[in-house]
Amino acid sequence: MGDWRTYQKNLLPDIPNFHKIEVYEKEGKGYQALRAVLTDPKWDRKTVVNEVKDANIRGRGGAGFNAGLKWSFMPPKQEGLPRYLACNGDESEPGTCKDRRLFEYNPHTIIEGAIIACYAMEMDAAYIYIRGEYADWIDIMQNALDEAYAKGYAGKNIMGSGVDIGVYLHKGAGAYICGEETSLMESLEGKRPYPRSKPPFPAQVGLWGKPTTINNVETLGHVPYVIRNGSEWYKSIGAANQPGPMLYGISGHVNRPGVYEFPSGMLITDLIYTVAGGIKGGKKLKAVVPGGSSVPVLTAEMIEGITMDADSLRTRGTLLGTAGMCVLDETTDMVKFLLRVSKFYDHESCGQCTPCREGTGWLVKILKKIDSGQGTMRDLDMLISLCDNMEGKTVCALADAAAWPVRNTLTRFRSEFEAKVKQSTFAMAR
Amino acid sequence: MADTPVFEFSPAEIQEIQRHVAKYPESRSAVMPALWLAQEKFGWLSPEAMQLVATTLDLPYSHVYGVASFYTMYFKEKVPKHLIEVCTCFTCSVTGGPEMLDYVKEKIGADAKGIGKDGKIWCRAAECLGACDTAPVAQITNRRYVHNLTEEAVDELIERLNKDEEIPFSSIPLKNQANFES
Repeated sequence: MGDWRTYQKNLLPDIPNFHKIEVYEKEGKGYQALRAVLTDPKWDRKTVVNEVKDANIRGRGGAGFNAGLKWSFMPPKQEGLPRYLACNGDESEPGTCKDRRLFEYNPHTIIEGAIIACYAMEMDAAYIYIRGEYADWIDIMQNALDEAYAKGYAGKNIMGSGVDIGVYLHKGAGAYICGEETSLMESLEGKRPYPRSKPPFPAQVGLWGKPTTINNVETLGHVPYVIRNGSEWYKSIGAANQPGPMLYGISGHVNRPGVYEFPSGMLITDLIYTVAGGIKGGKKLKAVVPGGSSVPVLTAEMIEGITMDADSLRTRGTLLGTAGMCVLDETTDMVKFLLRVSKFYDHESCGQCTPCREGTGWLVKILKKIDSGQGTMRDLDMLISLCDNMEGKTVCALADAAAWPVRNTLTRFRSEFEAKVKQSTFAMAR
Repeated sequence: MADTPVFEFSPAEIQEIQRHVAKYPESRSAVMPALWLAQEKFGWLSPEAMQLVATTLDLPYSHVYGVASFYTMYFKEKVPKHLIEVCTCFTCSVTGGPEMLDYVKEKIGADAKGIGKDGKIWCRAAECLGACDTAPVAQITNRRYVHNLTEEAVDELIERLNKDEEIPFSSIPLKNQANFES
């Protein structure tokens, strides 16, 4: 990778008023990618999909799946059968704060990317789902969308090409589960958002029963850059197997928390000690949660030489997730921290599947017991047993997301848990 | 009952709902925007307000209730005018979020339900608000974010809310790379 110190920002450039369509067009070559795709015969639909696939944009919502490959799963267009794009801007994974920056500072790249995606996959409309808490940012997005409609970049006969693509915003109302792709579709359809069983996959049976693709809003925001600059340019940025710009959300006990745009695959130590200015108050590092609350935690020793890409993180048994990194210093009580994370999943479990509905509740109960000093060694085993009975046993991945932090925090910081439980002082049977 | 509200949408509001209906292939999909509109109009989603949404969209009441009861931002009980939701999740849990919530509770004299003494402000803990880099953070009545909370900021906030003043939108500037040379 090139040196991150000289990296020029793309997604979050330091250009005033970049959220306005005139500035986006003038300073950011905005909507040129869409124009090229719609009017240049070189860009037929298949070429667009292949270019995005070749760029290897790994989905930025957490799963890290090649976006173009996902696009290629759409079945051939059937005349008269509508198809939809769902853009996931629910951003609810604790530790993640990047999409909100994009809504505020570069909303048009999301809209442009969504329309290009709709064109490439022959879709009729894109629905941008944004969590209800982001009311102010939904307004910013709506303004941007109105600008795009006014210029004829969305809606009927876009740029005179004869292509019709509607783009709509949908406001959530406070539910983490709506970030799960099938739950998001249920929510958009106006139902109680219980995740759906797969198969059938959204590409076959999606929104309103029609073929649908779901992409994270940031992932779509990368698309115009790939079309404008080519997949080779994109692949030249950052980690070989997970290329492109990355929005690192660094939070917790650091001197300069923030959302930073850099190439993917940066050293965690560079991010913490140089970019974020080191640990607050000169304290020692205890733990790093690299990609949102559900990914396995790393101890201070484990981060040496590890970079922010899936391949490198996998060697330490963790995941990139959303690249929303939480840094914890030596004063952190890992039991209390885990208890709060578990409370989150207990609160957000939709209640559809028993292992998750009951499991998340029991995780909290047992962790509370341990934290209050009333736990026993057997409770630690019980936590692991609960995780065994939750992971992979439910319709969606919320149960896994709840179990992973418990299993891994307990394993990697076991002494802290043992220190809080009661000593086993049973008298030997005579 | 001095001012029993009339549970009706105005022609303009009906139009607004129809505008949402037009976005989707099925009118049922407009239930969330319609619930938002009802909550803004009546302050909370009483059974009557939910029935109004059901009638307007030609849906069973049970369906509308099922949707409304799923989400935390729809108020199913009558609540005071202003809400301070302090995030106590994940990053906020280790950067002072719980302490800030306790401070808010103490300042407004909150009861077990988080409702302040004079019934004007209420508070509760929020799950992750997606502003971890400016933790601890709070959201005011389903809209404004207050970043980097401190006791002084809470004092000022409560003072403003008591006077029904608007809380300004605060934009967090982008991080500039220039700082990292060397």
